Amino acid sequence: MSDKPLLQVQDLTAHHGAVRALDRVTLDVPERGLYAVLGANGAGKSTLLRTLTGLHPATSGRVTLDGEDITHLPAERAVTKGLAHVPEGGGVIVELTVEENLRLGGIWRGRHDPDTMAEVLDLFPPLEQRRGKPAGTLSGGERQMLAIGRALMARPRVLLLDEPSLGLAPMITEQIFTLLGDLRDRTWLTVVLVEQNAAGALSTTDHGFVLDQGRLAAEGASDDLLSDDRTRHAYLGF
Amino acid sequence: MTHFINLTLNGLATGAAYAALALSLVIIYQATRLVNFAQPAFALLSVYAALAVTQLTGSYWIGFAAALATGLTVGAAAERLVVRPIARVSPLNGIIVTLGMLLVVQGVVGMVWGNEQHGFGYAFSYVGRFSPADAFAVGAVAAVAVLLFLLYRFTPFGLRMRAAAHHPEAARLSGVRVGLMLTAGWAIASAIGALAGMLAGPPFLSPNVFDTVFVFGITAAVIGGLDNPFGSILGGMLIGLGGSYVSGYLGSELATLSALVIVVVVLSVRPDGILARPTARKV
Amino acid sequence: MSTTTGQRADRPTGAVSTPPQPPGRRGRALPLPARNLLAAAAALALVTALLMVTGDLTALRLAAVGYTFLALAGLQLLVGGSGQVSLGHGAFMMIGAYSMALLVLHLPMLPLATNLLIVIAVSVIAGIAVGAATARLHGPYLAGATLILAVGLPGIAHRYHDLFGGSNGLNVRMAGAPPFLDGIVSTSQWQALVVWFTALLGLALLATVSAGRLGRRMRAIRDDETAAAMAGIPVGRTKVVAFVIASAAGGLAGGLQAYVLGTVTPSSFSLVLSLTLIAALVLGGIAGLWGALWAAFAVVYLEIWASELAETLNLGSDVQNNLPLVLFGVVLILVLRFWPLGVQGALQTLRARVRRS
Repeated sequence: MSDKPLLQVQDLTAHHGAVRALDRVTLDVPERGLYAVLGANGAGKSTLLRTLTGLHPATSGRVTLDGEDITHLPAERAVTKGLAHVPEGGGVIVELTVEENLRLGGIWRGRHDPDTMAEVLDLFPPLEQRRGKPAGTLSGGERQMLAIGRALMARPRVLLLDEPSLGLAPMITEQIFTLLGDLRDRTWLTVVLVEQNAAGALSTTDHGFVLDQGRLAAEGASDDLLSDDRTRHAYLGF
Repeated sequence: MTHFINLTLNGLATGAAYAALALSLVIIYQATRLVNFAQPAFALLSVYAALAVTQLTGSYWIGFAAALATGLTVGAAAERLVVRPIARVSPLNGIIVTLGMLLVVQGVVGMVWGNEQHGFGYAFSYVGRFSPADAFAVGAVAAVAVLLFLLYRFTPFGLRMRAAAHHPEAARLSGVRVGLMLTAGWAIASAIGALAGMLAGPPFLSPNVFDTVFVFGITAAVIGGLDNPFGSILGGMLIGLGGSYVSGYLGSELATLSALVIVVVVLSVRPDGILARPTARKV
Repeated sequence: MSTTTGQRADRPTGAVSTPPQPPGRRGRALPLPARNLLAAAAALALVTALLMVTGDLTALRLAAVGYTFLALAGLQLLVGGSGQVSLGHGAFMMIGAYSMALLVLHLPMLPLATNLLIVIAVSVIAGIAVGAATARLHGPYLAGATLILAVGLPGIAHRYHDLFGGSNGLNVRMAGAPPFLDGIVSTSQWQALVVWFTALLGLALLATVSAGRLGRRMRAIRDDETAAAMAGIPVGRTKVVAFVIASAAGGLAGGLQAYVLGTVTPSSFSLVLSLTLIAALVLGGIAGLWGALWAAFAVVYLEIWASELAETLNLGSDVQNNLPLVLFGVVLILVLRFWPLGVQGALQTLRARVRRS
């Protein structure tokens, strides 16, 4: 891993009305690797991702991507800077076909990119099979794959995933985590994973950040976090 | 039998104007989930603009172009300046503010051009069973419908618009400038509304000329299903034909009531319109 | 498909016109219906005092505010309370007005109170019909159906012009003040009193309903129909009841209008009326019954002021004719832009701010 962090978050604060959802969060995400953001419900995990991409306004603090300040960047510009976000539930547009959803992912670059499309379809055979079908006909697991595929179509540098395993059977979750690991190994992709399923996330990722009530409560190598009973009991519920 | 054919052709021609207005309403509804009650007023303004330009230049077609241009501009301005800041807070307020725009625009037209009728020469003659004017109406609406379909289905721009309409957040994350798409949607819709106006307005214009078309256009959009552009074409034809037959066989005062009956019957069977896609209610 | 009503800004901040009883208060406080009636009586006294010091023209206008207030209160319950956006409220007023006119024309011996009761009964039937027909409709589809009702109903007056008088409508001579008040109150003042007495009675009823179980059920349906159904609320029936209440209020208001004006024409119940009513209600504040009061003032007085303004400024007749509507539209846009909760919402914010300082 290179020593300058790709994504730097400094003293990031965000509010939901009067409530402080993020409280001076500071963390560094180096380039390349699989990172987990964990914590109980309402700890601020989703808010963190949404503030990073600009779906939610930051009250104060700084977010830097490869040296560039993206704190107040509007959400539609995020993907142009190399930041792809798969929101909670996937955000698949059910009225469009599988192919149209994928095309949408790459649309910011203008021309359609058949090579990237082929790569993504290769990665997710079920999507290739149902290429022309409306996305509404896909199963939960397939939709999550489509959501990830759409994000990959943008050829991002950083991939943010908000609870990819939500509502999915353990086997599918396993598949998705394995896939993310593969991506980490084969590409320079930096993946940040927000997960309720802490055990599963920690066993796949390299490094973890634990949020508690909007604050960064703990961080460390995933293996260390897994073996640290105190942290697990206090923040991760197992 | 000839009477029936006459009525049918007449119904199709008037239906075309309703369909165009309904289409413009559906486009806006798909983009912003609002029914734009000011649409007939925008159409009114566009047609009067065409009148002014035609009087100035002596050319109907330049006036026609002016109408479309006015529609584009007014629609874009309305969305960006009036509707967006208000609908953000409350969708109901968004609809009511379109009523406000209806009153203002229609009133201003009345102030500037007066409440009496103005003659507006039409480029096509009205003579004949299915006159050139009628043929132009049907042809124009059909052409627009096809063009729109192609735009939405096969162009990146169309994909962006659909994404922005169905799932703004996902669209934003894919780099779509959702706000711009909304404005574009209103602009295109209002241009189509202007077309509807040019088809339904002449030969005589007055500030209230679109009142009936407006109601029938909304009705057509509603029974066709607000989520489906083809529904508005279908709805427009249904209302147009229904009104024509009722006028022809039963008397013209009952035309509006016939629309009421059609609406009640259709919505009783399909509460979301004929061609609406059944959407599962998220629990 | 979700409805377009009942969303954020429509959630009542101060939903009912009378506050709920504070806990811990000793049991000697009056029940809500009695309190509402007392408030209505106090308001009536206020209106009476006002009428005594003003002339006939103001009396007429106050009467208009009165029955418009009643109509709008019914609409508020329907739209703000149960989330059903109706663009056809003018139709209910028309039904009430024509019923009143026909009663006086054909059964002139009946006393006013009886007439009003019959008008209510007829309106209730209309409300059941419309409510039942539209119970399955939502959002824009409901709005569209009620819109076509508002447009189509005047057509019946034209079609059956023998009975309904066609486009000239019906002219009726209404009874004036009772003989023992001759000389003390003018006809206009008496009529205004009758209107406000009836309207305030109706309002006390509406306020009681709104605060009670029915009101809660309606709001539950407005907020989330599926959840309400799952909680055991009879959704279809409650929605129809909401329509019936609205139609009764609207019809009664229309009847009172016919009583005051002595004339009913189809053109006074056009689509413009229905759209003006709903727009004014949102302007006044759709969250509670107070908004209906501001809306009633807006409907009656904005038009008057606009006409007077155009006259004094000596603007051309084209401008004069259109100014009221343009002004109304401009006011509507501005209010919605800067005070999304309407006049009542703005007042409540102001009150809260004053209290805090």
